[in-house]
Amino acid sequence: MMTDYDLLFAILFQLAQLLLVVLLAPLLTGWVNQCQAWLQNRSGAGVLQPYRVLRKLFHKDAVIAHNASPLFRVTPYIVFGCMWLAAAIIPIIAVDLPFSQAADVIALVGVFALARVFISLAAMDIGTAFGSLGARREMLVSFLAEPALLMVLFTASMISHSTQLPRIVDTLAHHQFVLYPSLAFAALAFVIVLLAENARIPVDNPSTHLELTMIHEAMILEYSARHLALIEWASSLKLFAYISIGIALFIPHGIAEVGNWAGLPLAIALLLLKLMLAGAALAVLETVMAKMRIFRAPEFLGTAFLLAVLGLLIHFLLGA
Amino acid sequence: MQIPYTLQFINLLAALLLLIAFAMLAQRRILSLINLFAWQGALLALSTFIVAYSTNQHHLYYSAGLTLLLKVLLLPYLLHRLINRLNVRWDVETLINIPTTMLVGIALVIFSFNLAAPISQLAEGITRGLIGIALASVLLSLLMMLTRRKAVSQVVAFLALENGLFFAATSATQGMPLVVELGIALDVLVATFIFGIFFFQIRETFDSLDITHMEKLKDD
Repeated sequence: MMTDYDLLFAILFQLAQLLLVVLLAPLLTGWVNQCQAWLQNRSGAGVLQPYRVLRKLFHKDAVIAHNASPLFRVTPYIVFGCMWLAAAIIPIIAVDLPFSQAADVIALVGVFALARVFISLAAMDIGTAFGSLGARREMLVSFLAEPALLMVLFTASMISHSTQLPRIVDTLAHHQFVLYPSLAFAALAFVIVLLAENARIPVDNPSTHLELTMIHEAMILEYSARHLALIEWASSLKLFAYISIGIALFIPHGIAEVGNWAGLPLAIALLLLKLMLAGAALAVLETVMAKMRIFRAPEFLGTAFLLAVLGLLIHFLLGA
Repeated sequence: MQIPYTLQFINLLAALLLLIAFAMLAQRRILSLINLFAWQGALLALSTFIVAYSTNQHHLYYSAGLTLLLKVLLLPYLLHRLINRLNVRWDVETLINIPTTMLVGIALVIFSFNLAAPISQLAEGITRGLIGIALASVLLSLLMMLTRRKAVSQVVAFLALENGLFFAATSATQGMPLVVELGIALDVLVATFIFGIFFFQIRETFDSLDITHMEKLKDD
């Protein structure tokens, strides 16, 4: 039975996680960019650069096309809200948060899909060629990535007999240590999905405005000032959320339980360490891989789906 | 119920073996194909070693060592030399495109898992869940032999098929007698040499390693 104090603690933990995520997300993006700069023998702009960009963008006056509909104006807020909500559902510093009861992993995928639908509609709203081109490509990539992501999440759900992320983390982290071959497959598939969904290098290049290759950047070309700032911030949040899902599924050890104040500093320290490692690994991956042609993306994402399905099959056969 | 760690580790290796079988199926380059084959051999040697350790059978140590020597070091070295001399380092042509092959591969995996389920019920050994995976990797190698057009990749597929059979033997019956294993190892080695000679013959006759040319052998 949950007492009032427990509920209060749970809400406090939830608020702490919300604040932590929204403040840390640009730092993670900055860290990935900085690692990439080091790997390319550049000195880089520093890990705080995304904050400076956000401040600059928030101080500018927004320019909006004459034929923009209200949808175009509200989309940045919806996208930002979706990503923040997603980050609230995932157990990042503690399990059993009040928000996480609201939605399971399938709903989480739905939240990501909602943001994607709105940003694609807004891209087509202005009627420029680039906007619709980017929106179509985004839809092509995401409709291939989404089933793979669902399969990855199903594999974890089969192991823990629940689609609730806190239950999954609880089964994997707080019970006896077991090797799961099926999760190894799922992890590989998840990395591919993460690269594709966050517009990272083999599928899209986040730092280019070359018309032949861009996907995500093509969709947000018409945005400026505070709208652009919100979308950039939402992209950082999305990367943060995806890496957090990866941590929750594959290396969940150290995530605190609600009300466990003593475990909280350790949980945050471990979280920072894992994020640093994951960001550095992402930078290395992006440096060693080349951007592939858009027509090769279906094959790349097909591989992710195949790996996830194999993971599921192996779970059935080996029971692990 | 807690499974012993050795068995968990063998399960992981089996899963990786299946992953490598799929990677070979998807691979476009001969050079990477041979490297993958070497990795498959290394996994096989490791899993044989662990089976030997956990069931305490000494002759399996020899067969693990033999696998390491032959399939990780000697055969890949021979194949590397072969493709250097033949100058076919890069080209692999597949008959069906790769995503379709992968889908057929998934169907094969489901088929072999179903097929192996009743056999696994009968087997008593510590590693009974692995027969399905071994069967799947054998069938995937067979699929690779069918879908490749060039002779070298077909031979790599043949060797990978033998790896799958070997894995089935260690997982289902905990190893064949050492004499049989020695015999098979020698057979594979000799087969590789003969294939090497065949490659040169094929290339001399047709100026290519594409085996579709061999279909035109008609007396007219």
